[in-house]
Amino acid sequence: MEHVVIIGNGISGVTAARHIRKLSDKKITLVSAESDFFFSRTALMYIYMGHMSFENTKPYEDWFWKKNRINLKKGFVNQINTSSKTLHFSDGDTITYDKLIIATGSKPNKFGWPGQDLNGVQGLYSKQDLENLEVYAPDNKTCKRAVIVGGGLIGVELAEMLHSRDIPVTFLVRESSFWNGVLPKGESAMINREIQRNGIDLRLSSSLKEILSDDKGKVKAIVIKETNEEIPCDFVGLTAGVTPNISFLKNSGIQINKGVLVNRYLETNMTDVYAIGDCAEQRDPIGNRKTIEAVWYTGRMMGETIAQTICGNRIPYKPGHWFNSAKFFDIEYQTYGWVHGKKGKPDYEQHFHWIHKDDNKCITIAYHKDTQIFLGINTFGVRLRHDICDKWLTEKRTTDYVVQHLKQANFDPEFYTHYESDIQKAYQNTFQTIES
Amino acid sequence: MSIAKPDAYKNSTRQKALIATGIIGLFVLVLSLFNFESFSALTLTASLTLIVVSICGFAADRYLSKPAGIKNNGVWFKSISSKGFYGWLTGLVLTLFYIVLYFYPHFLGLGGKGKANSGLVAFFDPLSQLLNGNPASQWFVYGTLYTIAILAFGYKFLLKYRHNRYERLRTYSVMFFQLAFAFLIPEFMARLNSDSFSLPYYDLKNIWPLNYYNFEQYRVDSFISAGDIGLALLIFGVVSIFVITPILTYKYGKRWYCSWVCGCGGLAETAGDPFRHLSDKRQMAWKIERWVIHSVLVFVVLMTTAVIHSYLGDDTSTYWLTKGTFLIMVTGFLSLIFILTMVFKRHELGKDARYGAIGYVVIITALIGMHYFSGSNLFLFEAETLRSTYGFLIGAIFSGVIGTGFYPIFGSRVWCRFGCPMAAILGFQQRLFSRFRITTNGGQCISCGNCSTYCEMGIDVRAYAQKGENIVRSSCVGCGICSAVCPRGVLKLENNSIKGRINPNEILLGNDVDLMDLVNQK
Ligand SMILES: Cc1cc2nc3c(=O)[nH]c(=O)nc-3n(C[C@H](O)[C@H](O)[C@H](O)COP(=O)(O)OP(=O)(O)OC[C@H]3O[C@@H](n4cnc5c(N)ncnc54)[C@H](O)[C@@H]3O)c2cc1C
Ligand code: SF4
Ligand code: SF4
Repeated sequence: MEHVVIIGNGISGVTAARHIRKLSDKKITLVSAESDFFFSRTALMYIYMGHMSFENTKPYEDWFWKKNRINLKKGFVNQINTSSKTLHFSDGDTITYDKLIIATGSKPNKFGWPGQDLNGVQGLYSKQDLENLEVYAPDNKTCKRAVIVGGGLIGVELAEMLHSRDIPVTFLVRESSFWNGVLPKGESAMINREIQRNGIDLRLSSSLKEILSDDKGKVKAIVIKETNEEIPCDFVGLTAGVTPNISFLKNSGIQINKGVLVNRYLETNMTDVYAIGDCAEQRDPIGNRKTIEAVWYTGRMMGETIAQTICGNRIPYKPGHWFNSAKFFDIEYQTYGWVHGKKGKPDYEQHFHWIHKDDNKCITIAYHKDTQIFLGINTFGVRLRHDICDKWLTEKRTTDYVVQHLKQANFDPEFYTHYESDIQKAYQNTFQTIES
Repeated sequence: MSIAKPDAYKNSTRQKALIATGIIGLFVLVLSLFNFESFSALTLTASLTLIVVSICGFAADRYLSKPAGIKNNGVWFKSISSKGFYGWLTGLVLTLFYIVLYFYPHFLGLGGKGKANSGLVAFFDPLSQLLNGNPASQWFVYGTLYTIAILAFGYKFLLKYRHNRYERLRTYSVMFFQLAFAFLIPEFMARLNSDSFSLPYYDLKNIWPLNYYNFEQYRVDSFISAGDIGLALLIFGVVSIFVITPILTYKYGKRWYCSWVCGCGGLAETAGDPFRHLSDKRQMAWKIERWVIHSVLVFVVLMTTAVIHSYLGDDTSTYWLTKGTFLIMVTGFLSLIFILTMVFKRHELGKDARYGAIGYVVIITALIGMHYFSGSNLFLFEAETLRSTYGFLIGAIFSGVIGTGFYPIFGSRVWCRFGCPMAAILGFQQRLFSRFRITTNGGQCISCGNCSTYCEMGIDVRAYAQKGENIVRSSCVGCGICSAVCPRGVLKLENNSIKGRINPNEILLGNDVDLMDLVNQK
């Protein structure tokens, strides 16, 4: 019986395993150095905040794996021998495979800052990170102030987490406005205000120069590059993005760049070795997408795709329209299609922006300036229906059409106030002023 | 994983003072058991006011100091809401209270048989006199405290979910129905009664089988003897079951009752809210749930049939409804439902069809048995024995002692999930003949599990959401909390066309269409 080994029990590895089991009787082994069972990384913040127990984050009960004949192995793979098709574990153990799927995910970026390896300095990615957070920042007595470096999605989650335990937080963001590489100006500004409303000391245009140590090898302060200001703190969260977690592949002969290089079929340069999820890097970008996509659902889709290929139906990875979502303190965010921020915005892309006077809801619709064709939409504080937005993108609807039919796409709970007519009015006003 | 219990969640001094206020209020109630002469209507007012001030003040202090939004911070760290010491203590005290209330009301000071009330019951006499003109009973005491709990904790819930209009309206609704229908109206109805006129006053929204005793002989007799009003009430009782309930459930799902109207649901949603995450999510629990709740349903159908059967006559010339006709009607009605379900909905039911068939066979066999053994015996049991057993096991032990007493241990909807026969009937309809469903939003789910954690019915919402599958579950009471706590806007409760309501495919948007087809091939 063919033996499929998957390194990594995150969403991509687990999805691959589940679908291979659905499609075949192959022997499946799922390897992880992190946890005995699959848990949801996206829920890490809720464990620390006390919304959920660790048990609650497991999408499948513990009996599920045995019932579906998916072998689980805990251990860290530190070497792969592709000619003998053998994995070597750090504890000396080995296993052989017929097909290998690399799904090892990411690790937090560290850009060589002085002091980045001190105690009390860490990213937020793994279960172990969460355990360390409990050591260095369990409450505001042990941790009188925390500093977060890097204004992205994980940074804002970490800020919310620490804030939930009344730990004062200073949030260093290199950019002049939060996440403005991705978010258009108006939205990014609104999120700045939301962060501040929640009592976070947000420092824009501020980057980290160095982290200072006390005499026990633990962080005692950081220094801001732009101002040389020294901020005393007991914890530093490094949340300046993630990179593929693939250093163990260095001498394996598997081609890597930032991530494991794969073609559209998710195949690496070695036969019978595939890579999916956060750690896979496309040789050629797909559409507007980045070559490495560190998000949940792309990992899941790659897992579904690779299962087909491994079970004899070789198909390419063909993601549909881009979408994503996040939450900034109390403001939910959804995006469908492409709405660019400062970075990489094509010349033809133009925006219509609406913001509610309460400063906690806004939308931005991106369209082609010549054809008026709808390119994408960002919403904050308003939920939209995925299928409708997806359909509009596929049907290449115009902005007029989208604005007029916005109500169809509304996905807010029943009895919520609707803003479509406000938005339509604002839309008409904008275009009248442009025309006149 | 061991997570230290952080002390960021300790109560502030102000909060401690507010809790103390409530404890003093409760302590006065306990003191009243010792019959202090000086206790008066004023003392009662003071005690109840202290309790209300404590709950509302605490809620305001807790929630209004923070921006509106989902604030479940520390739920799993606090002793009371994570089965810690205070959780168990509360559970124990509540359970004891229920046992005394149901089985030893004289400990509370219930008089009766010409003896005046004393203790706690007497303490409530002035209020009872004011509302219905009679001395209090243990049920009056309980009803008052129950209503206060729903109102005060309802206020807390309103603040906690002040950003969510669905939750707010729903809570106003349960608060209204509890205060007006469950509490005040029956008291006023009682006031209308005199020696010459006696109406069985009751909570009108309490529909059979929740109100399992509604069709007992003494009640039916008194309905009929109360003339037109009584007859209207009796007819209303029957119409509620056969007409109003099915229509509303078809249009809105069982939530119209379970989380907008019902008193048991009302208490679970308000006072029980801090415990909702304690419900058991394991698949095992789901299996047990289905067996237990449907057994209760079979039990109540048989019991009620037997009770009505026992007081009907045999002679068609005195009254058209005889024992025989009645049994034929019941059998016919159940068979009709069974056949219609099997013909139209078999494929949707899958394995459940087997359980349905078992329940049906049990009932029908019993009905036939009833006919042949006729008289008052159903096999070995008297109808009355059956009724009192039901009243004891289900009405008292299950819905009271376990259902509410165990809030801090098993979560807030144990009764609604495992025991309530009304929920079983509404759930059956919701599953098969209703426009209600929870729609999932394409591929947006990140499997975080907030929805499953906070589902008080123990539904593993995430299992559906992460597959892009709508949630059509008989047990869903439509509380809307899964949708509220979802950080990614994945869930929406809605009433929509029946077509496409159940979509058991793994339709995950964002994928390329060919792959979706492949994944869905079975
Ligand atoms: C706090 C946080 C919040 C997030 N929120 C969102 C969100 O809201 N939406 C979204 O789309 N995405 C979110 N993400 C990103 C998302 O979680 C990732 O894209 C996704 O988990 C990647 O899945 P994966 O299966 O590729 O890898 P991972 O989940 O990282 O799994 C890889 C596994 O492989 C193991 N492993 C690695 N190397 C080895 C080795 N050599 N030997 C053995 N085992 C090894 C790792 O220990 C790990 O368990 C979030 C990430 C974090 C950290
Ligand atoms: S539906 Fe929402 S709350 Fe539930 S698992 Fe998915 S993202 Fe989390
Ligand atoms: S599924 Fe959602 S709406 Fe239904 S009972 Fe559970 S939490 Fe409430």
